[in-house]
Amino acid sequence: MSAAMKQAQDFWFDIGPIAGIPRRGARTVRTPRREIAVFRTANDEIFALENRCPHKGGPLSEGIVHGRKVACPLHNWIIDLEGGEATGADKGCARAFPVRIENGRIYLDMSVAAAP
Amino acid sequence: MTQSAGSERKKLVVVGNGMAAGRVLDELFSRAPGLYDVTIFGAEPRVNYDRIMLSPVLAGEKRFEDIIIHNDDWYARNNVTLLKGETVVRLDRAARCVVAQSGLSVGYDALLLATGSNPVLIPVPGAELPGVVTFRDLDDVDAMLAAAARGGRAVVIGGGLLGLEAAAGLALKGMQTTVIHLMPTLMERQLDPNAAYLLQKAIEKRGIEVLTGANTSAILGGERAEAVRLDDGRTLPADLVVMAVGIRPNSRLAKEAGLDVKRGVVVDDYLRTSDENIYAVGECVEHRGQCYGLVAPIWEMAKTLAGDLAGEKTSGYVGSTTSTKLKVTGVDLFSAGDFSEGDDRDEVVLRDPARGIYKRVVLRGDRIVGAVLYGDTTDGAWYFDLLKKDADISAMRDTLILGQAYQGGAAMDPLAAIQALPDDAEICGCNGVCKGAITQAIASKGLTTLDEVRVQTKASASCGQCTSKVEALLAATLGAAYSAAARKPMCKCTDLTHEEVRERIVAKSLKSGPAVMQELGWKTSCGCPSCRPALNYYLLCAWPGEYQDDLQSRYVNERVHANIQKNGTFSVVPRMWGGVTTSDELRAIADVADRFKIPTIKVTGGQRIDLIGARKEDLPAIWAQLGAAGMVSGQAYAKGLRTVKTCVGRDWCRFGTQDSTGLGVKLEHLLCGSWTPAKVKLGISGCPRNCSEATVKDIGIICVDSGFDIHIAGAAGLHVRATDLLGHVETEEEALEYCAAIMQAYREQAVYLDRLYKWVEKVGLENVRAMIMDDHDGRRALYERFMKSQRAVRKDPWAERVAGRELHEFTPLAVLAPIIPETV
Repeated sequence: MSAAMKQAQDFWFDIGPIAGIPRRGARTVRTPRREIAVFRTANDEIFALENRCPHKGGPLSEGIVHGRKVACPLHNWIIDLEGGEATGADKGCARAFPVRIENGRIYLDMSVAAAP
Repeated sequence: MTQSAGSERKKLVVVGNGMAAGRVLDELFSRAPGLYDVTIFGAEPRVNYDRIMLSPVLAGEKRFEDIIIHNDDWYARNNVTLLKGETVVRLDRAARCVVAQSGLSVGYDALLLATGSNPVLIPVPGAELPGVVTFRDLDDVDAMLAAAARGGRAVVIGGGLLGLEAAAGLALKGMQTTVIHLMPTLMERQLDPNAAYLLQKAIEKRGIEVLTGANTSAILGGERAEAVRLDDGRTLPADLVVMAVGIRPNSRLAKEAGLDVKRGVVVDDYLRTSDENIYAVGECVEHRGQCYGLVAPIWEMAKTLAGDLAGEKTSGYVGSTTSTKLKVTGVDLFSAGDFSEGDDRDEVVLRDPARGIYKRVVLRGDRIVGAVLYGDTTDGAWYFDLLKKDADISAMRDTLILGQAYQGGAAMDPLAAIQALPDDAEICGCNGVCKGAITQAIASKGLTTLDEVRVQTKASASCGQCTSKVEALLAATLGAAYSAAARKPMCKCTDLTHEEVRERIVAKSLKSGPAVMQELGWKTSCGCPSCRPALNYYLLCAWPGEYQDDLQSRYVNERVHANIQKNGTFSVVPRMWGGVTTSDELRAIADVADRFKIPTIKVTGGQRIDLIGARKEDLPAIWAQLGAAGMVSGQAYAKGLRTVKTCVGRDWCRFGTQDSTGLGVKLEHLLCGSWTPAKVKLGISGCPRNCSEATVKDIGIICVDSGFDIHIAGAAGLHVRATDLLGHVETEEEALEYCAAIMQAYREQAVYLDRLYKWVEKVGLENVRAMIMDDHDGRRALYERFMKSQRAVRKDPWAERVAGRELHEFTPLAVLAPIIPETV
């Protein structure tokens, strides 16, 4: 097995069950380099963004989740959960991280999440 | 494949005699009759029948004979040996034979596994008791029918497709039926919450009780099942328990024979397992990571597989897009594809509350990616077809939601469209008002506003969904004389104003978010950050003790019960009743500040102490320590009662006329915990010198020798406004009752986020005075309603969270330790 393949396999970390996050809500995952907000939509989709609003660093995990967006709790910037881009007239992007669902559990790709 | 006819025919053995096996053989015989000698092992002692139609059999709408797919004659005609009631226990891949329970062994050239799936049994105590059945085959249906003949109560565990069909059948057979479902909405995998709401209403209309969010902890009974116990302690008596929580691919044989098995038997695009002589088809397989429990994919698999068996070159099976229909007579429900929301997606929603119709088509660009239809599923097949074909719908986008019958016409602007309608066209479905009646009323009665039209004609006076049409009619009839500017809709999700929504929540007894959105024709599927907190408040206020607070629709401060700061930390403010504290409380606050390294301690303008900069995960421990010293949440974060500011009053002050501090403490106890449209601050001054600045508070009381002057509608924020004198009362008891009544009137009537003074400006001071000071019965009723709603919120939210409520809120989902580099 090549090193690259092994890495790809090993760095998917189990961060918990989907049911651990309320629908239209979020929880945080603490990693050595950064805090990540993991969101669950009304339709059970899961997204992961760096837990910092591109505007003034507000914790996005505390925002109101609606559709595939979250409203930052500090100044109500609306961030798209899929790519982390601010919507409307606001410009900025929260970093998005790959997640995967398997058998009701959420996996975070730490090879990306732990990278600078 | 070279193949000579006659005795040289290859031997095809099929394990399983369900719909998948039957379909494969039908397809095979139509392509290449006589190519194989076929032997089928069927565990059930009967021929192949249409399992999907078991629900109508249970409901008594069909008999078993009606749902047979292949009768004995078919097997004979096609030279198929059917071994009824023979269960295969082992595959011998080396010897290429299968072995049945009876010891019978049959050799094969090609083997087809069509073992289907098994119902999932939830592993709770009592699951094995007699009287607990699944809903999978005819024996299950017979067991249910026998139980129904005895009557009594049935509990169906599982609010999915099967569970609901079982429940409907049992109810029809006269059993008192309850469905318990683990998730908050029925059929959550196939339906969005709006359609699920309509479905639940329809199911309940059949006399079936539906309990969502209900988790089964045990089935109770001695000889046989007698009751189902839920983990919240409720016990539901049951003569029959049906488990319909899902299915699991039946892959045991394949696994024991060493074939590649994950969730199901793994097959490639040609339905071949990891053994080239063994195929698998139907619910037992896993193809490209997907398992299917519906019939359409099985038909598609069967086609590919039959082609392959017949030696044709096929393009392979590439997976299926599935659609769902519920087979409960009178409930029309359809869902297909992916109906989640997204920025790259648009949705078109049509609701007809009067007829209970909800349609939602989800688009990505000019393609349909999903559809949910409730109440009118006529166009389900059409949408599904467009979806599967990935058809470009840009040409019919404007009329797409109306369905296939409406295609071909050109789009018009709303004014031209309304003018083009004939006079007898119905505008308001709820009240049956047609266009002619409205235009005539506008002309003959000289109506100029929407409200006048509503009063005169009732058009758009119920659900309000036709508001924009009525406005268009006003505009078309009056021309430039009409301006619609006066009305401000709640948000982009609806044309109704806040007041109109509130009114309808009460008038139509709407008791949940999805109920409001459906019955009032919301234009989005689940609202936005602007309407969701407002609706949550309106529902909470209208149905105290009954409506479940939706925490995900609350702003973070009210969800977490602390105030978020710019760096993501929180501030903690315990109540100091009337601004009075003790040395013990101050000591406890100091201890908390030390232990949790609180960076800033600040005295607030409301006469209490703010601990600023607390880490979120410390909050429960901070509250626990404050709670141990007798302190509770100061609700400094709430749209609710904040502070009651007092002066020292008669006990110490040489000018004091009453016990203003004591009254403040009593008022704070009386009013605290209540949710209001916006924050509420009180001030109580012991004399007209007004040291507590009561005349810039939402409610202010100035004590005088003869009693208490009640002031309202002050503000000292963005706007500065001195209070208006509402009236005078003589006793402290009266002051308390009047203040609670003011609170309740404000709670019931104000628009969400309007401070009290805004509400008074809108309603008029005279009207408020009439309500509170003059109408004694009315005031008493307001007070009673306030006290009723207070009973629902009397618990300290901090203490509840210390006791474990919403624990997930204060802990990370995961903490990942640093990655240690691999040492090889």
